[in-house]
Amino acid sequence: MNYDVAVIGAGVTGGLTAAALARYRLGVCIVEAGADVALGATKANSAIVHGGYDPVPETLKAKLNVKGAAMMADLCRRLDVHYKNNGSMVVAFDEEQLEHVKMLYERGKTNGVPEISVITGDEARRLEPALSKNVVGALLCKSSGIVCPYDLTIAAVGNAMDNGTDLVCNFRVTSISDDGEFYTLRSEGGDEIKAKYIVNAAGLGSDEVARLYGDDYHLVAKKGEYMLLDKSEGGLVSRTIFQTPTKAGKGILVTPTVDGNLLVGPTSEKTERDDKTTTLEGLDTIKAKASLSVDGINYRAVITSFAGLRSSFEESEDFVLEISKHSPRAVNAIGIDSPGLSSSPAIAEYIVNLLKDAGLGLEENPEYVGTRISCKHFRTLSDAEKNEMIKNDPSYGRVICRCETVTEGEILSAIRQNPKATTTDGIKRRTRAGMGRCQAGFCTPFVTELIAKELGIAENQVTKTGGGSRLLLGKRK
Amino acid sequence: MNIGEKKEMICINCPIGCVVTAEKTADGFIVTGNTCPRGEKYAISELTHPTRTLTTTVRVANREGAYLPVKTSAPISKEKLFDAMKALSTVTVNAPVEQGDVVLPAVCGESDIIATGSIK
Amino acid sequence: MKKCDIAIIGGGPAGMAAAVSAYDNGVKNILIIERDEGLGGILRQCIHNGFGLHRFGEELTGPEYADRYKKMVLEREIPYIVKTMVLGIEQGENGRHTVTAMNSESGVFTIDAGAVVLAMGCRERSRGQLNIPGERPAGVYTAGTAQRFINIKGEMPGKNVVILGSGDIGLIMARRMTLEGANVKVVCELMPYSGGLNRNIVQCLNDFDIPLRLSHTVSKIHGKERVEGVTVSEVDEHLRVIPEKSEYIECDTLLLSCGLLPENELTKGAGIELDRVTGGATVNQNRRTEQTGVYSCGNVLHVHDLVDYVSEEAELAGKSAAEFVKAGCKEPEYVRRLAVIATGGVRYTVPQRVDVTENPDDIKIYFRVGAVMENVRVRVSCGEKELLLQKKRKVAPGEMEFVRIKGEQLTECDGDITVEIVK
Repeated sequence: MNYDVAVIGAGVTGGLTAAALARYRLGVCIVEAGADVALGATKANSAIVHGGYDPVPETLKAKLNVKGAAMMADLCRRLDVHYKNNGSMVVAFDEEQLEHVKMLYERGKTNGVPEISVITGDEARRLEPALSKNVVGALLCKSSGIVCPYDLTIAAVGNAMDNGTDLVCNFRVTSISDDGEFYTLRSEGGDEIKAKYIVNAAGLGSDEVARLYGDDYHLVAKKGEYMLLDKSEGGLVSRTIFQTPTKAGKGILVTPTVDGNLLVGPTSEKTERDDKTTTLEGLDTIKAKASLSVDGINYRAVITSFAGLRSSFEESEDFVLEISKHSPRAVNAIGIDSPGLSSSPAIAEYIVNLLKDAGLGLEENPEYVGTRISCKHFRTLSDAEKNEMIKNDPSYGRVICRCETVTEGEILSAIRQNPKATTTDGIKRRTRAGMGRCQAGFCTPFVTELIAKELGIAENQVTKTGGGSRLLLGKRK
Repeated sequence: MNIGEKKEMICINCPIGCVVTAEKTADGFIVTGNTCPRGEKYAISELTHPTRTLTTTVRVANREGAYLPVKTSAPISKEKLFDAMKALSTVTVNAPVEQGDVVLPAVCGESDIIATGSIK
Repeated sequence: MKKCDIAIIGGGPAGMAAAVSAYDNGVKNILIIERDEGLGGILRQCIHNGFGLHRFGEELTGPEYADRYKKMVLEREIPYIVKTMVLGIEQGENGRHTVTAMNSESGVFTIDAGAVVLAMGCRERSRGQLNIPGERPAGVYTAGTAQRFINIKGEMPGKNVVILGSGDIGLIMARRMTLEGANVKVVCELMPYSGGLNRNIVQCLNDFDIPLRLSHTVSKIHGKERVEGVTVSEVDEHLRVIPEKSEYIECDTLLLSCGLLPENELTKGAGIELDRVTGGATVNQNRRTEQTGVYSCGNVLHVHDLVDYVSEEAELAGKSAAEFVKAGCKEPEYVRRLAVIATGGVRYTVPQRVDVTENPDDIKIYFRVGAVMENVRVRVSCGEKELLLQKKRKVAPGEMEFVRIKGEQLTECDGDITVEIVK
């Protein structure tokens, strides 16, 4: 199949880029190494839409963060993704940190961040009663928010696919050749995809992909560990609480998630590219540091811990968003670490413009549909609307995941709608089945059965997240 | 066991789990530590002919994906547990099945395998 | 809106026993609401034997025990609905309760109930709650999930198995998987004592030469896609991992049997206070929660060792609910409230309080201790007054204990009742 554009990587950058390209009359293919979308840095990060006071003025990070954050609410409304403008605080524990907070305020003003102010410790505690008494002041940013990064990516890829974009998973690009008109992307397995333009949004693998067409970048993997607490704890703070960055690091944040849990983390540790392990030390560090800013975090209510990898440059701080120096129809999106999620809608737009600069013709697609309905839509309905839906499709009346109240109808919809879920983790990220307090103890057998039935495979062929991650190892004798 | 030799064991008859001691004598065993007569029986059986109840499931041929829970109607020799599992691996039943129905008579020449559940 | 005198949330052993008892105590208009496909609860997958010795004087398997109660429910024609999820419970101003539920037939609907019996059971502690470090591959299951896969679905979740936690379900699954041809390499227990019954150590581990390592835990999970192994480490007296005393064990499956947690989200949603130790509601001797007309029993109240005790407690809750309804949805006249305080080695008691009437009945106070202790005495007192001093050869956290207090003794109590372990 010959495409106009191949987007390499189905993370938030690639996904939103594909969704932005879907407006135009183009043949687009998303090429993903993993078994599903949103498996890299997108899967495990702080899930924050930052205000934009942190990046150094005039950098791409500064510009795109402020712009992306402003676009986020609208984009999420269009894609039926839950976004919450909950606001944030950067808290200071002493005068020196307070100076830094004031510097961030000035920076925010320069960057054009709306609704920021510096407040006293008492004012901060009035807004967030769980804040430690040691907080002497804070930067309050009302314009920041929270969003689920994989939810956003799944919705964006789904929307692109609904408009004709192809998604090819399990395709790790190992070579790229260029005949002047078409790039040929080859996978490990020898499969080929041809495209006139490529967007390299391969996250932590983007430097390796860039080397395939002659660009030289070197990324390092940084691991961040997190702990997620039960929904019972989600109300401890209503805003995202950052600590003031110091020489020792960026500090540990405490935030509600858009789904109502409490998230604490991350650590930041240079590591190997495939190391997503959580560690005893990491989890202990989170506990000790988070408790500095917020009192009463109930670690007995931790329901899971996880680690995510981000890709950073060691030398430079900024995103690389450019047309390749060696390959004129390739666009690089490299080193998209924080605030990558916040910037993502603006990054996508920026990439589309780079493609245009590289010669891609952009003709509006009159059939373009800019909205998508999530498989989780059911739970947002009124009782009367739910009953209407159950009457038409009784599977919406059967609860499969009791902790998150996820129905069979929602799970089936996740398997049937773009991008189709084929694994239990895929179901989990699309519907939240298995994401609650029992962590899939009760629903795994039911979800496995539904996937097997829908895909027409044996239950013991169902995987957790593709590849060799089989859940069951055969029938009993 | 030699005469005068003692063995300590935990009775498995009920959740109390008494620690019972059996001493070999010329004409049998002296059992101490048990809180009920079943403890004595257990200790002697454990030293002479240990038995266990086997519970497992068998496939229901005419019900897609269904399994029927079954058990031995009385304890069988401990060393025959795996043989019994093997014998049962090829056994299937056809619904309807009532609790108590014999699924396989005299497994390994010992007690019957009976249904512990019902399938309509 | 459907209307009933008593709504029972959960059709497992607790819910069924509560229903039967409420019926036998004179209230017929009952509704059991069950989320699974049939009555029986978790017993449906507990195909092993060992149930019913107290209740029926014979050893039954889980399905057999459940069927006994199911028969009683059917004989009495007590109404029940299955495949129905209760979403919320709310007390109205008139004191009655609105139960909101959902199923495929009726959609979202409400039930107006005079009394509610909470019998939702419990769930297993997961890998995430245990905070086991390492990777997140397939092949990490709670013992109960593995049990469902094997016993209900006939699927093997793994072949080479390490089990963390010596709770009874873990021990039972060690035997079950061994009989099915799996290689259970070791059972690790964080504590210096087993969490399961001795009989299960004998017949599930010793019978099959499966080693039990006390004071050991899994300190890391290895494997990118499927579990490839675990690091097993010894722990010190503060339960901290000793890194030098660690060993890598190859396996494809890690089963977790590390305790059960009452499922009280509905209870919390109803605004009922929970006991920090049990994770269940706080109740009086009738198993009444802090909310009028709401009763709690079985593993949703506190985790029991034996289903027999669940049934017993549920019968008490069912009877209490029936008496409440028969009195026109009114509580008995209480003259005093006494708190029951767990102290001196006792972790918790159920009930947590006693509401004393003019003529109080005898009560049973169940309790659990925090550590294994031998040759001790249980002391129950009220101020200076000793109500009971009872010898115990051995007490252990894994075994629920109880003491009986006579009604006439309660009449004399005018302060907190203390339950403690003394030498």
